[in-house]
Amino acid sequence: MLGELRTGERRPLARLLTRVEGGDPSVRALLPDLFAAGHGGHLVGITGPPGSGKSTLVSALIGEWRKRGRRVGVLAVDPSSPYTRGAILGDRIRMMEHAADRDVFMRSMASRGELGGLAATTWIAAAALDAAGFDPILIETVGAGQSEVEIARLAETTVVVEVPEMGDEVQAIKAGLLEVADIIAVNKGDRPGADRAARQLRAMLSTAGGRIERKPPPVLVTTATTAEGVPALVDAIEAHRSTARSPMRARERAASQVRRALADLAARHAEADPGWEASVQAVADRELDPFTAAERLLDAGRLE
Amino acid sequence: MMNDRSTDAPIRVLIAKPGLDGHDRGAKVLARGLRDEGFEVIYTGLRQTPEMIADAAEQEDVDVVGLSILSGAHMALLPRTVELLRQRGMDDVLVAAGGIIPDADVTKLKAAGVAEIFGPGTSIGQIARYFRENARRS
Repeated sequence: MLGELRTGERRPLARLLTRVEGGDPSVRALLPDLFAAGHGGHLVGITGPPGSGKSTLVSALIGEWRKRGRRVGVLAVDPSSPYTRGAILGDRIRMMEHAADRDVFMRSMASRGELGGLAATTWIAAAALDAAGFDPILIETVGAGQSEVEIARLAETTVVVEVPEMGDEVQAIKAGLLEVADIIAVNKGDRPGADRAARQLRAMLSTAGGRIERKPPPVLVTTATTAEGVPALVDAIEAHRSTARSPMRARERAASQVRRALADLAARHAEADPGWEASVQAVADRELDPFTAAERLLDAGRLE
Repeated sequence: MMNDRSTDAPIRVLIAKPGLDGHDRGAKVLARGLRDEGFEVIYTGLRQTPEMIADAAEQEDVDVVGLSILSGAHMALLPRTVELLRQRGMDDVLVAAGGIIPDADVTKLKAAGVAEIFGPGTSIGQIARYFRENARRS
């Protein structure tokens, strides 16, 4: 299976991603090898509000990295309906020019009920692209509001895409999305006010620390439709790569991965437990609080 | 139900407009309707070549490819798309078409591997039911 991934064939990778996304139990046995097979591809998150041009920018970034001879993997997440579980995955529309390029692999993912701007399985899908030798691996989130910051836990470098009309200086100092940016791209740079928005962002972000070890993120102006400013953005992302791999950042990312895996495994074991239905019903009937129910299910799992 | 991620994943459908045909209202209405029916719909936009559609379908590992065509070029573009999908090892993907297609061509397209053709007046419910009953499940 993993040998097939390295051949550059698309079909085995596409099939594996379907199994990963669907939570296929057979994937579990592959995971140690999958993670061990990683080539260390640079995980780059692209996030920002709906309509800020994330997909078009990703397409321009693919173009620039292809010029530099790199094989690019892309995961693009769009929201699932909380009511029907259906989804419109439309990020591909902006990226079709790369569809036939064998050195670009692009996959759309529905968030499938997960909040935070990603799907629960996105990080495993990213590991699969890494095992297949793609570098960089771009992860485009659901259009984000102010606090969909999950991407910063997954990606090594997080690019927040804003538009010139993003708001005043108070928007720039709010906690949340902008705070997790390693790089900010003010996209739609051909619109009036782009340079002024970039200046305001630089001024506001240079005054405060947030996470103590950080320098203020670079703020770049891009026009994704013409690729203006895109080579400079790629340079900035590349330059961030070594910072992203500091022992401290690597530890933070590892801790969040272990937490995710833990939550996932615990939920799976608990749901497979014979006591699951009764516990859920007891919580629904207000006979039991959710924490005690969870604790009992965990204890039951440990006794096996 | 939110978060029941291990049970029956939604059917994935690629909706594409092959060829030089700028009319995508129908494709968008269908994409939206299928979303409401619980499908994951990958919409690739206008003016796609059969190669682009097959390459996208391969990477997305979809269960269904839905081709919307109103230009009259269906005899050139649809069999070619089916052929390219098969070349990429997607033997079991369900290919369906929608648009203005004369009855005389329907038989030929079905012989070329297009499983079903939906003409004007088809309801979204009918298409959703057809996909549910006929899509391969991975």
